[in-house]
Amino acid sequence: MKYNIVIVGVGGQGTLLASKILGGIALSQGLDVKVSEIHGMAQRGGSVITHVRMGDEVFAPLVSPGEADYILAFEWLEALRSEYFLKEDGLLIANTQRIMPMPVILGDAPYPEQEAAVKCLCMDAYHMACEAGSARSVNMVLLGVLSKFLPFEQEVWEETIEKIVPPKTLDTNYRAFRAGRDIAHKQGANV
Amino acid sequence: MKKIMLGNEAIARGAYEAGVTVVSSYPGTPSTEITEAAATYPEMLCEWATNEKVAVETAYGASMMGARAMSCMKHVGVNVAADPLFTAAYTGVNGGLVIVCADDPAMHSSQNEQDTRQIARASHIPMLEPADSQEAKDMMILAYQISESYDTPVFVRITTRLAHQRSPVELGERLQVVPKEYKKDISKYVMMPGMARKRHVMVEERENRLRLDADSMPENRVEMRDKSMGVVCGGVVYHYVREALPNASVLKLGLTYPLPEKMIRDFAGQVDSLYVIEELEGVIERDIAAMGISVRGKDLTGLQGELSVERIRSLFGLGKTINTADLPARPPVLCPGCPHRASFYAMKKLKLTVFGDIGCYTLGALKPLNGLDASLCMGASIGMAFGAEKTKGKDFSRSAVAVIGDSTFLHSGIPSLINAIYNGGTITVVLLDNRITAMTGHQQNAGMGFDIYSHQTKEVDFVQLCETLGARAREVDPMNVRAMTTALKEELAYEGVSVIVAKSPCALIIPKHDPVRVEGCRNCGICLQIGCPAILKAEGGIEIDDSLCTGCGVCSQLCPHHALIDAPAKEEMV
Repeated sequence: MKYNIVIVGVGGQGTLLASKILGGIALSQGLDVKVSEIHGMAQRGGSVITHVRMGDEVFAPLVSPGEADYILAFEWLEALRSEYFLKEDGLLIANTQRIMPMPVILGDAPYPEQEAAVKCLCMDAYHMACEAGSARSVNMVLLGVLSKFLPFEQEVWEETIEKIVPPKTLDTNYRAFRAGRDIAHKQGANV
Repeated sequence: MKKIMLGNEAIARGAYEAGVTVVSSYPGTPSTEITEAAATYPEMLCEWATNEKVAVETAYGASMMGARAMSCMKHVGVNVAADPLFTAAYTGVNGGLVIVCADDPAMHSSQNEQDTRQIARASHIPMLEPADSQEAKDMMILAYQISESYDTPVFVRITTRLAHQRSPVELGERLQVVPKEYKKDISKYVMMPGMARKRHVMVEERENRLRLDADSMPENRVEMRDKSMGVVCGGVVYHYVREALPNASVLKLGLTYPLPEKMIRDFAGQVDSLYVIEELEGVIERDIAAMGISVRGKDLTGLQGELSVERIRSLFGLGKTINTADLPARPPVLCPGCPHRASFYAMKKLKLTVFGDIGCYTLGALKPLNGLDASLCMGASIGMAFGAEKTKGKDFSRSAVAVIGDSTFLHSGIPSLINAIYNGGTITVVLLDNRITAMTGHQQNAGMGFDIYSHQTKEVDFVQLCETLGARAREVDPMNVRAMTTALKEELAYEGVSVIVAKSPCALIIPKHDPVRVEGCRNCGICLQIGCPAILKAEGGIEIDDSLCTGCGVCSQLCPHHALIDAPAKEEMV
């Protein structure tokens, strides 16, 4: 078993929590794992990218272009930017939320209107997260979707989430995670 | 028990298992989480020092009295700490002393790409480089053994990719280390010329001994595979090499200074062609070439940026073409609600020349605020502003300011403020006091009156401090744009050094207000000049992204048509 997962978004969106949970799941399943994060300046609203690699033996902490099985994109422009990481039969799981980058706000560039050029499962994860109880739980919606494609039981995911998120946010996070699973179940047939 | 740990957490764990009792550091990406993690172990007394020099001196004092001590910093912090370090290499240690330095190839969050491996060579301090979290933890324990056996401070060098990767770590027990006895010995600890000359001899002897011992150190190891190609590498690059060139023979270096000369000679003799694959400078390649061994490296990799599996593959003709889309960039920005935005707006309206410094406010340099003329290093703004006055005259200082953050001012701004006062300057300093060390992820500092454990401590009173030094000083709330503008005008006119303490907490550490509402926008575009990510251009006007807006109310102060309406709670909250 070997999975390469790339997580992209905008600094401050909670991508690091998602990678932490994936790392925890891999470890609980006895897999080797490496997660590479970006801290610091980019977290101030810049493009952020996190790599998660799990398998029997993992060397580099970074996924090479064209080798990602899944991309979790927290924002649409970042989804488009990250497509080159996906392998041919890989899947882009994307939040359609748009967060305008400064060049777009200033009118120096338009926000791209194009569709994804790769196989994509997209949803308005921001509103799903709000409905679950917190805009901060976009990460759980996307993990919920991903969980339908990885060979780990729902209990494994939920136990790991419980270990990592603050206890008072657990119910909201579970609701968002399950909403993600549901939408993957409904849309998954089209992928 | 196995645990998945950030490289930085593993370093802290290694310090804990090595029996460290004192940790003194200054925050700096990508090193910050080491000391944050260390502070979660009650057995280690941790602190945020005011700067890296102070941190190393504190750790040195602890080591001299017999404790195992650690000091952590980013690469540029090593420059600040270089003065004590170069001489600590002469005195050696009592309890083990380890300096963890975090380099930032590709400058994810730094102003330069310097390679600390060169400082190890320049200072004659041994250096270890782990490749993943497990090694990071294990090498910390080894670092303390080397430090005490060879009587030397030891560098553990990491890079961003090691610091900020998570991988499994097998946890161990904490060593029961008995603090060493302190004996007064001025020939060891008082570095006057007569004593230092003798210690310098010891430095050379020690290094030669370690160089020979390095040949049998298990952290340096040869993995023989196909003999047509041999690669020398260390740190996280080892994993890139293993994946990109799975058949290549590899000499993996754990101790990257001094190098195991015999091991390298033997390895070179067994392979057809020898390469060093290393990020940044060709440090190891030069050392090996100096042994008279034929080797290649930097002619392939170049000096810049990070390596990766893909980049190494393409160097050896194994890469594939990558098509990246041409999309608008997303540079980092000042956060919605950031008090620096309001300060920069006021300075922009007055068309000032602005000497900047290191912190979140460096982001004020970007469009649309275009708020900085310079940014060099920690604490440089005040010196630059005074130097500019010496060239352009005192009139120039009527339209120029130095801006510096609270933590940066404490780090190294105070000596340059004294210098400007002492030497008759008339500059104006804007001290952007957002009540925390923000850019590195919100660490405590002396200006906020809380220590690393969030325990209350003495709080530096910036206005009183600056006045005591001889400046005119006042405090202003920069979120009040009119008050900030008035303060700037008055202090710029003052014939002497003045300091405006622009005091308003970082937007990420205070509660959000309800978002601003838009009613009757006339599409004048003035609010768009402040570059707030929550204010978006829309059909016939602007709209507010409610998910981002903090309701800080700066934009509503600027709107000439009163179309941006604050939530009523604003006054109560701040």
